[in-house]
Amino acid sequence: MDPAAPLTSLKHRHLLGLSTYSAPEIGLILETAREFREVLERPIRQVPTLRGYTVANLFFEPSTRTRLSFELAEKRLSAESVSFTRSGSSLTKGESLRDTARNIEAMKVDLAVIRHTSPGAAHFLTRCIEARVINAGDGAHEHPTQALLDLLTMSEHFPSFEDLRVSIIGDIAHSRVARSNIFGLTTLGASVTLCAPPTLLPVRVEELGVRTTSHLEEALDGCDVAMALRIQRERFGASLLPSLREYAIRFGLRMRHLREHPDMIVMHPGPINRGVEVDHDVADHERAVILDQVTNGVAVRMAVLYLLATGSA
Amino acid sequence: MLDLLVAGGTVLAPLAGTFQRADLRIIGGTIAEIGPNLDGGALPVLNARDRLISPGWMDMHVHLREPGQEHKETIETGCRAAAAGGFTAVACMPNTDPPIDSREVVHSIIERAANLPVDVYPIACVSRGRAGIDLTEMAELADSGAVAFSDDGSPVQSSGLMRRALEYARMCQRPIINHMEDLTMGPKGHMHEGLVSTRLGLKPVPALSEESMVARDLMLAELTGAHLHVAHVSTALSTDLIRGAKARGVRVTAEACTHHFALTDEAVESSGFSSDTKMHPPLRSAEDVAAIKSGLSDGTLDAICTDHAPHAPFEKEVEFCTAPYGIIGLETAWGLTGTHLISPGTLSVAEAVRKVCVAPRRIFGLPVPEVAVGASANLTVFDATTEWTFTRENICSKARNTPFIGSIMTGRVWAIYNHGQLVKSNSS
Repeated sequence: MDPAAPLTSLKHRHLLGLSTYSAPEIGLILETAREFREVLERPIRQVPTLRGYTVANLFFEPSTRTRLSFELAEKRLSAESVSFTRSGSSLTKGESLRDTARNIEAMKVDLAVIRHTSPGAAHFLTRCIEARVINAGDGAHEHPTQALLDLLTMSEHFPSFEDLRVSIIGDIAHSRVARSNIFGLTTLGASVTLCAPPTLLPVRVEELGVRTTSHLEEALDGCDVAMALRIQRERFGASLLPSLREYAIRFGLRMRHLREHPDMIVMHPGPINRGVEVDHDVADHERAVILDQVTNGVAVRMAVLYLLATGSA
Repeated sequence: MLDLLVAGGTVLAPLAGTFQRADLRIIGGTIAEIGPNLDGGALPVLNARDRLISPGWMDMHVHLREPGQEHKETIETGCRAAAAGGFTAVACMPNTDPPIDSREVVHSIIERAANLPVDVYPIACVSRGRAGIDLTEMAELADSGAVAFSDDGSPVQSSGLMRRALEYARMCQRPIINHMEDLTMGPKGHMHEGLVSTRLGLKPVPALSEESMVARDLMLAELTGAHLHVAHVSTALSTDLIRGAKARGVRVTAEACTHHFALTDEAVESSGFSSDTKMHPPLRSAEDVAAIKSGLSDGTLDAICTDHAPHAPFEKEVEFCTAPYGIIGLETAWGLTGTHLISPGTLSVAEAVRKVCVAPRRIFGLPVPEVAVGASANLTVFDATTEWTFTRENICSKARNTPFIGSIMTGRVWAIYNHGQLVKSNSS
């Protein structure tokens, strides 16, 4: 069998991360998402594809845009959905993740979407319940649907991932968005540079097939896509970074950078700290595709829900 | 007291490294006769054909959880697991509630273990309440039966306190055992810092958090002349540092846990973030595992232990970050030793037995049992060749937090005999 041949269904039961997904599987999701993207442009933005399916959205960590995006994707596909939101760790706040999930499964669901602070929470969920599981972010591990929507957005601006140069700038060590993008982009043949202060670069990350630098100019040199990550305020004072001010000066994307790199687009998974990772004017610039990412998020999540719900793996 | 004829076995003298085909006649808990083809008359017979008999083993690092956390394990259930694993003695760590920092707690543990087939030796705290501030009354604790001092999972951070603890413990002729960790490096980390932690996004614990403390404590041991015992050595550099210190004549001994030579940090990923791969110190890299094996082989690491750490299923069967650290180990200790050290030729059977029988007792200054006429019968019956699969049914502990369910092991324990009691391993 030709490994590059297009697939018609996924080989995985779950979407726990992109580290185990092959290029044809990622290609299938993106191709399917493009079809759903077209549905979103119609006057009636709904299809009956998943009528009769039930999805549980389990958000154990606060999330606005990812939860809304999944809920909207489920509605657009005509699936029934229930959402559950709770912050805090399971042991301090009563019922365990296992019991919560099993209770919701007892109400008969086909798919479960989970967001949790613990890396591996989605893996753990697959051992607790029978439903197919979609990881909507597990700690600093993976956020595969975010990376998929990033890939879809990049593919709208560049013809191929081969030789595409993507620089991810920010808190790589604590970022699930960075990890999923690294796995997805390297699988598709893109060239990835990570740019962060050394305290925010995890050890041996180069062995994932990426370059690293702590100098923004170096990261932007020849770069097609500059992806800025949200910097969490709790990193300051935790002996990881001295100040927001110094970070913004050395790692913030400014109008100057857009002028110096006229073909480069700017991405950000949101929510943005204006004036920190990206300048106010950069965030609103026409080459900042941040809102396209949000739209593509719904299409990608429709594709993942559809492919997993109807998959045979 | 069960009178018994142990028939058909081969007696291993671990120190001499000799094997002798012999039957044992045990009367009133004492070895009455040793020789080939003894006639036991009407005595019950333990068939030891194709099996080895050694002086009973000791696991020098276990958590029995009593008092205070009996929902995880009790002295009785922990000793049942020890017996199943071939151990006739264990030393238990003081992270109980209350901690073992008073004569009364030492006494109560010894009392509760009095009629069990496994000898229980309490390890008392270095500091009151394991708080790392004030020394415990070590002399009284030692007189009461504490065999060593350790603050276990709350390692002594203050270099000043550690120096005083070593000096004072020297007077009591007991070792100080330190869980080596600089808590400011990789605080509350969940796995070994390396490529796997980078892939998985789990909060890492660098090898250096252990190694820098090993270096400090070796210097303090050298300064004070006291006996330092390094708990669960898990990294290559720690092993090198101990090797160097031993060559300089520092009074240091060290132990390695079975899981630290059986698994690497890859197990966290391959198990899909199973919390049964989460322990402290964490599973390390393949290079570290190789170094632990060579440290065991050349004698840098004196003893093999388990750090048996039972947790209730409701505590451990949760998402990775929430789960407590540690796995049970008593029932799998010999199978892992056989599989990972004896089969590949890292240790001979006699060398391996020395590390679970002789070394722990010497470290604590305890007499090593002998298989000799007139001696109290304190025996482990085992082999180093049987292949078997470890299943949940083999677990005697109250807990079941182990990553080794389903693992094929080489080398099996069949029974122990101690204090006139025979305990057959439920794997038999």
